[in-house]
This record gives sequence, C-alpha cells and structure tokens, in this order.
Amino acid sequence: MEIPYTVTARPDTGLWNAKVGIWLFLASEVMLFGGLFSAYVFLRLDADPGVWPHGLLNVPVGTMNTAILIASSVTVVMAWASLKMRKFRAYWWYMLVTILCGVIFLAVKLVYEWPQKFEHFGAFIKKDKLEKYEQYLGNHHLAEKGLPPRTEISGHLHNHDALHDENAKEYEIALDPVNADPTNPNMDRPHFLYVPPTEKMATIEKEDVEYANMFLPKHSAYFASYFTITGLHGAHVLGGVIVFTYLWLPVGTKLYKRNPEHLANRVEVAGLFWHFVDLVWIFVFPLFYLL
Amino acid sequence: MNETDEPSIAETAPVGTSPEDAHDENVAHNVSKHIRAYLMVGGTLITFTAITVFLSYVNFGTMKANVAVAMVVATFKAGLVAAIFMHLSNEKRMIYRILMFTAFFVLGLFFLTYLAWYDPVTR
Repeated sequence: MEIPYTVTARPDTGLWNAKVGIWLFLASEVMLFGGLFSAYVFLRLDADPGVWPHGLLNVPVGTMNTAILIASSVTVVMAWASLKMRKFRAYWWYMLVTILCGVIFLAVKLVYEWPQKFEHFGAFIKKDKLEKYEQYLGNHHLAEKGLPPRTEISGHLHNHDALHDENAKEYEIALDPVNADPTNPNMDRPHFLYVPPTEKMATIEKEDVEYANMFLPKHSAYFASYFTITGLHGAHVLGGVIVFTYLWLPVGTKLYKRNPEHLANRVEVAGLFWHFVDLVWIFVFPLFYLL
Repeated sequence: MNETDEPSIAETAPVGTSPEDAHDENVAHNVSKHIRAYLMVGGTLITFTAITVFLSYVNFGTMKANVAVAMVVATFKAGLVAAIFMHLSNEKRMIYRILMFTAFFVLGLFFLTYLAWYDPVTR
C-alpha cells in the first residue's frame, strides 16, 4: 500500500503528512520536558540558601558536548539541503558526521561524566554540628562576605563500606579543593576547570551527618533532577542516532533511488526532532553546569 | 522490493524531463541560498555558548541575576534554532496553530509551578 501524502501536500493542511505528525509529536515533547523543567524550577527556588550545589559538573566537558550537539544540528540540516540539491554523496557524509557527533555526545555522558559522579561522595552536616567542621566549611569567612553557607563536605570516600556498615562510626574522605581550603577567596565561586579531590583527608563522624551518599540520583534534589533530565535527553539523542543510522544505511539509498524527495522529507522530520533535542540542551547546559 | 513494480519511479527519479524537474531545480536553487545562513547560525550558536560560559563567571550581584542573564542568552539561541534550523521563520499556518496551543499549555504548566507558592491564608 502506498503511504499517502509523503511528498505532496494534503489539500486541507497544506503540508505533507509527516510534517504535521512530527510537529504534533514535538508539541507533546515540549509538555514532557516542560513538566520536568517546572519541577526543576520548583525544587531549586524552594531550596534553603546554600543547599543547591553549584560547580559540581565538569564545565569544559559540558561545553565541548554543547558544541558537538550544535555542530551535529548544522550537519543534519546540511544533509537535508544536500538531498534537496540531489547531491547524494554529500548527504551520506553529512549524515555520517551527524551520527558520529551523537555517538560521541552519548559516550562522553555514559563513559566519563556519569561514572565520575558515581565515584564522588558528599555528606550533608547536621545544622547544629556545622561549627565542629568549620575548618572544612569556612562558613565564618562566607558570612563575612555575605555569601550563603556551606553544609556539605565532599570528595573521594576512602572507606566505602561505611556507607552500608552499621558498625562503622565515621567517613574517611579525601577532600575536594573547596573543603580542603575553604577560606581561600578563590574557592568562593566555582572554577572553569575541574580540579580533582586533594590529598588532604578528613574524618566525619556519622552521627554528625544529616545525610550522606555517593553522587547518585538519591543524593539530592539537584542530582535527582540532573540525572532525570540529562537521562531523558540522552535517551532522545540515542533515538535520533538510531533513526539517522536507519536513513543512512542502504535502506536510505534505495528510497533515494525510488523517490529522492521522500528521503529528503524523512531526513527533514528526523532533523526537526534532532534540532528540538539540541534546543533542550541549550537550556540544560547553563542550568545544570554553569549556575 | 522489486523497483520495476513501482509505477511512480519514472515520475520522481532524479533525472528526466518531466515538468517536476523545473520545480526541483528551483527548490535546489533556493536551498543553496540558505546554506550560508545555516553555517552562520551554527557559528553564532557556538560563539554564544562561549559567551554563556564566560558570563556565568561574571558576578551580576545575585545568583538570580546570573540565571536570568543565562536564560536570556539561551532563549536567543533557542529562537535561532527554531527559526532557521527548524524553518519556523517561514512555515505553513497549520504548524503555527499547533504551536500556539503548545505555547498556551506550557505557559499554563509553568503557571501551576508559580501557584505552588500562592498562600492566601498566611499572606
């Protein structure tokens, strides 16, 4: 059976069908991400001063991934334009670059960024015990400057069994730079380059800790929203890569030979989805990585 | 699939002398004019990503001010993607109608978040 209106406009809508279809789908996607973003706004604005973390993610890596995603948006629109001009070789190469960009983006996320978080540890200190850990928190210094207080001590956990062992009384942490030297004015604001935990060790008694865990979704509202939104976004990148690969494989070549305009339209709707995924990332990047 | 079964091949194949070819050439010409715009938008988006990163290390007084600045830049970038890459600057009326509904409902959704702080009893 012939699919109707793949290349010609349907009289009542003035558009070929897939174009209407993809925009209806994108409209529902706006609501999906909109719901998550409004949850993010709610959680963030309701957080106590100083509790919402800042500067935990690797900014150069995030910036690179942003540039990769933007580049792939350019190459997919170039792939579509090449088809419109009936330059199949150019289309093939632009599509290949787009697919590779998507794969690199996902690889950076899944092989580097997320695992690095899973190995990081943070302990929120009870409000009445903050003074005891002043040497790691530097709250007197922050108060003098009118900055919000720190409540968390983070770094690499050396005694991992303390997380589950009921008999363990304390956490041994190799401190992050900010907790190793908390009164240094350099530490008042996050840095562009990622600095790994220092050699300086700290012992934190479990009974002084409000809540402690690795940087997992359950660690905090920040990481819950970070993993949910970047995870859903990553799933979209994966979906885009799968569709592009399908259109790039010999199936696409065959369709081109039969009806080049039909392939161009398929690439256009897949591209519209890809641009939307890029558009979401444009908001995710500053909200989670920078601010 | 056996391609000779398709009656439509001859009409839509890339080479031929059908009237559609004249149309195709016209389309190809229009598309080639846009390529410069696509590359320039790509360059602009990357430049503004660098600007966003830079501005996040500038102290605008409060964190809220910094977030506001970043969101203005992000909205500008998103507008470029939507207008040029997604062809929304020149689209059929049907698409705009769909998007008007979407805009209405997504604004309603964010308004619900705002309502979460509305407290007529203690205020």
